[in-house]
Amino acid sequence: MALSDDLRDLYQQVILDHSKSPRNHGQLTDCVHVHGDNPTCGDEIDMYVKFNDEGGIADIKFDGQGCAISQASASMMTIKVKGSRRDKAMAMLKDFRSVVTGEGSVQDEDALGELILLEGVQKFPQRVKCAMLGWRALEQAMQESAKES
Amino acid sequence: MTDLSHLRVDFPILHQQVHGEPLVYFDNAASSQKPRQVIAELTRYYELDNANVHRGLYELSNRATDSFEAARKKVACFIGAGSADEVIFTRGTTESINLVAQVWAAQFLKAGDVILYTGMEHHSNLVPWQLAARRTGAVLKHIPVLDDGTLDLTLLDLLLTEQAKLFACVHVSNSLGTINPVRELCAKARALGVTTLIDGAQAAGHLPVNVRDIGCDFYAFSGHKMCAPTGIGVLYGKAEVLAKMEPWHGGGEMIESVTLEASTYKAAPHRFEAGTPDIAGVIGLGAAIDYLESVGIEKIHQHGQELTAYAMQCLAELPGIRLLGPQGDRASLAAFALACAHPHDLVEFANTHGLALRGGHHCTQPLMKRFKVPGTSRASFYFYNTAAEVDRMMDILHRAVTFFS
Repeated sequence: MALSDDLRDLYQQVILDHSKSPRNHGQLTDCVHVHGDNPTCGDEIDMYVKFNDEGGIADIKFDGQGCAISQASASMMTIKVKGSRRDKAMAMLKDFRSVVTGEGSVQDEDALGELILLEGVQKFPQRVKCAMLGWRALEQAMQESAKES
Repeated sequence: MTDLSHLRVDFPILHQQVHGEPLVYFDNAASSQKPRQVIAELTRYYELDNANVHRGLYELSNRATDSFEAARKKVACFIGAGSADEVIFTRGTTESINLVAQVWAAQFLKAGDVILYTGMEHHSNLVPWQLAARRTGAVLKHIPVLDDGTLDLTLLDLLLTEQAKLFACVHVSNSLGTINPVRELCAKARALGVTTLIDGAQAAGHLPVNVRDIGCDFYAFSGHKMCAPTGIGVLYGKAEVLAKMEPWHGGGEMIESVTLEASTYKAAPHRFEAGTPDIAGVIGLGAAIDYLESVGIEKIHQHGQELTAYAMQCLAELPGIRLLGPQGDRASLAAFALACAHPHDLVEFANTHGLALRGGHHCTQPLMKRFKVPGTSRASFYFYNTAAEVDRMMDILHRAVTFFS
């Protein structure tokens, strides 16, 4: 496949739409707040996560600045993980990493929904860190909440 | 417009297709391409003269030493140094600055002294001083940058005082293209007894540099941004300043005599060049200087200014563009932010069309913060770039705007 097709795959309309109008964008109070960044490119994200008593994700919002891939990935992630049990969110994180790196196997494709569209990142290995920026922040937030409880 | 396109034949790398389209290389501020004359000189050295320098008493070592020290003289002439002994070979600008920020700073800075730099420094002219301040207790201050990308010199009298012991300033900004008035700044510093270091990474090989005219104590630059191989750079230091400085790395080459208890050291420049140097790199740098001088630095500078003016004029027509840096006199790069696309997305798009741009913070995070942008896209030119390539860039950027809007 020509690189221009790969590029159209990378920047599908859904992805561009999420990057221009990110969902769950903003801040939360009384929550776990994690700041994540990609020091080499300067992308930044602030992830705000409220956990329920069982460690599940009750509410989540994010803000920050970055490329279309990092913003769209974070936006789509918040939709999917909001209301998820902790183990489910961890499984999605693992599956999503497989989707963007092409390494390992995806256990539950349906759970990822339109996040599968970010598969195009596989052809652009240097963008994996962009796609993972929000997810790494979520992972850290889950680790911090586990420590607190 | 000054046309140097006949020199493109000297750069084999430029004549290739990338992703099915002709390569347009506009990341020269990060690293320049190398002419075949430099590549040939490296091959010649390795095939005919390769040996360690300064220590062999045989023909190959004599030849290698002669070429190595001849290159030092070429560098001295190239930057207008008083003597070849003022030219220290390093790995590049970063190492040159670190040498001063470690050796000179440890000897001459004390708690409360001021290190003054500017808001447009590359990380390599910030972090070494921050480390030096941490070690010595010196205080860091900076000259702010105005909206037009020039230094706010109205604050100069307030900041550049006798409390300042060191003033570090970039000659040409890699993010804005600003050419700073280093001669005037150094004159003022000198009058106050302030030691000066100029980061010339973007200036050497692009515009005429004369360290004695500038009047700086130190001048740092890299070979790879001016047609030489990677891994070789220069620290110019004024003879009387170097004479007072302790050695940096210890090892072979920098000593006079060594006992099990103590050693005595050579004078500059060898005092600061412990171990086997990058001999091929130095010889390659000499060949690069020969090449650039055959083209003419004035001509290269003029070409850069004209091509940049043309690029800025074309870029200004892009919808939603914000151009950074001064409008008038500037170095050969154009930095911009587009409303519709983050620099990484734009640069990714450009790459699929064979256009090499740089996107990101360009190792100037404080400057990005100052201009409230996450990063910029940057097209940086050298003498082998052409107006036709700028036209191709514009065609690709217009397509990118359509794609991302």
